[in-house]
Amino acid sequence: MITLEKVRLRAEADARTNGCYLNPDSGFLNDLFEGLEQNEERYGYPSCPCRLATGKFELDRDIVCPCDYRDPDVKEYGCCYCALYVSKDVFEGKTTMQPIPERRPKEKLDKAYAVATAGVAGAKAPETTVAVTKSSQIKLKMWYCKQCGYVCFREEPPYICPICKAKREMFAELQPRIEAQG
Amino acid sequence: MKSVKVSGKNNKHKVLMYALSSCAWCKMTKKFLNDNRVEFEYVDVDLCSDKDRAAIRKDIESRGGEPNYPIIIVDDKIMINGFRKDKISEALGI
Repeated sequence: MITLEKVRLRAEADARTNGCYLNPDSGFLNDLFEGLEQNEERYGYPSCPCRLATGKFELDRDIVCPCDYRDPDVKEYGCCYCALYVSKDVFEGKTTMQPIPERRPKEKLDKAYAVATAGVAGAKAPETTVAVTKSSQIKLKMWYCKQCGYVCFREEPPYICPICKAKREMFAELQPRIEAQG
Repeated sequence: MKSVKVSGKNNKHKVLMYALSSCAWCKMTKKFLNDNRVEFEYVDVDLCSDKDRAAIRKDIESRGGEPNYPIIIVDDKIMINGFRKDKISEALGI
């Protein structure tokens, strides 16, 4: 069972490993932990508390905390989208924290929305045409990081390698081949 | 659609807020409005049905906004995306 303490320990460990800091505002930080706990309880994974998740892991994978956009957001704006993770300057109070723009591509949001609301009459993404696909039809591929060898199984390569921090461009598709002899 | 009405002395404007129940920025916005005794109505979109979520998104996009929360709509005219204290204060005259 997930507890607030587990959420806190996990975030602290992740911040230590990845060279970022947790939000210095204890009240705000506690709200974020509660949001993560709530999401893990209802969806089975800790999706970003400040984004609307679908409850379908394949569609929400990029917004599972720490999300794919955390590192570039902390680097550019000093905090991630929900502001759980912040830069050293924000942590030390040298710069102030502001809500930041959404880095998640709109196509991902549209796709998640289209799948989640498929079957609702009149529900379609108004600005872009999105092919409604069932989550079971999402094509998963194997990707490996050419820098450190990290392998993952997902629709697209991650924004950044969670192990060595290499950029997305360093990922290549892995196509396993089985050869039978004899 | 389940909306919650919060009464307050500062009721000159019609304030509607789309929020997420898990979102810390949304909680901060609700607290800011409460602290300033603003009367407002909010909908926690994550607690809505798929049908209501679709209607809310349609409403947001028809007003030219993005479905990123919180969203504050003042008098059906001004839409503020995110907890922008200065913009909210300006729109509400607080």
